[in-house]
Amino acid sequence: MSEAGADIRRETLISNADPGDFLALMKPRVMSLVVFTALVGLMIAPGHIHPVIAAVAIFAVAVGAGASGALNMWYDADIDRVMRRTAGRPIPAGRVTAGEAKAFGLILSAMSVMVLGLATNWLAGGLLAFTIFFYVVIYTMWLKRSTAQNIVIGGAAGAFPPMIGWVAVTGSISLEAIILFLIIFLWTPPHFWALALVKNEDYARAGVPMLPVVSGDRTTRTQILLYTIILTPVVLSPYWFGFGGALYLASAVIGSGFMLWWAWDIFAKGDEASDRKACWRMFGGSILFLFALFASLLIERLSPALFQLVSRFAGFGA
Amino acid sequence: MSDNEKPRTLTAEEKARQKRRSRAIGLAVAGLVALFYVITIFKMGPAIMNRPL
Repeated sequence: MSEAGADIRRETLISNADPGDFLALMKPRVMSLVVFTALVGLMIAPGHIHPVIAAVAIFAVAVGAGASGALNMWYDADIDRVMRRTAGRPIPAGRVTAGEAKAFGLILSAMSVMVLGLATNWLAGGLLAFTIFFYVVIYTMWLKRSTAQNIVIGGAAGAFPPMIGWVAVTGSISLEAIILFLIIFLWTPPHFWALALVKNEDYARAGVPMLPVVSGDRTTRTQILLYTIILTPVVLSPYWFGFGGALYLASAVIGSGFMLWWAWDIFAKGDEASDRKACWRMFGGSILFLFALFASLLIERLSPALFQLVSRFAGFGA
Repeated sequence: MSDNEKPRTLTAEEKARQKRRSRAIGLAVAGLVALFYVITIFKMGPAIMNRPL
């Protein structure tokens, strides 16, 4: 063995990672939105689930999402190294080895699926397994590097959590679960393409065929507007189908109005400075929009119980 | 074994990280045991007492 080879071998035997680095591998910020949407799916589903089992189910979905994140970082370490936005992640920064991240992701994947399956039902467990597979194999390994439609199809992975929450309670997939899925699925392209417009150079340098890199700025702006228009009736549909009430309708109408305005702004903007601002506004605003939609569903579901609780403390119900 | 292949002593920082990792793994394993215990109790509910003695 050469001297350099021996050095490398010796160094890799000693992990340099801190527990916090493994937490960072789980993409906690992405995980929080996944947890929230899964929680809403679980809470608004008809039927009963013990609160402790519900908490275990949400925990399993969170760990499954974290496992996907870790496996994504393992496979994408080469891309992450070149992109400014991701260069500080644990693997490109040299704090965690790719092998450690892979093992960590695989173990967490297996554990999360097993726990969810045992705690709730195996359809929910199977959906979680499929979501991890879809995100890691279909999106990360295949679509991300090969087509400009990567996030359109890959967006399905992020859209599954509310469906998993729903299935954890009901044991079956129904129209409501599919609508929740569609909302996130159609929300994903305008959200990520707004970021891709701003980070175009980063993606181009890393060789990731994002839509602005492959088809250019103009096409991306048009696509953002088109997807936002298609998203609008889907966002309103929970009200038509009766599982979204007045609060949801208000959030959906106001939020969709903002989304359409931001999308139009991106479509119409000319100069670069104001254009970046419009893209960032769409990127951040769309997160808020999705949060507001799901929060409305949650509040409507919880409101009778909350009202009872408030009444009891205020002495109305005595 | 050549000099290059001899294990070297860990630095103080590496030892501290190793300790923190070990502690985290220990906590995770303990957490998993607790999790399976909780799932068992709450999935079975009162039926857990319903067994021949």
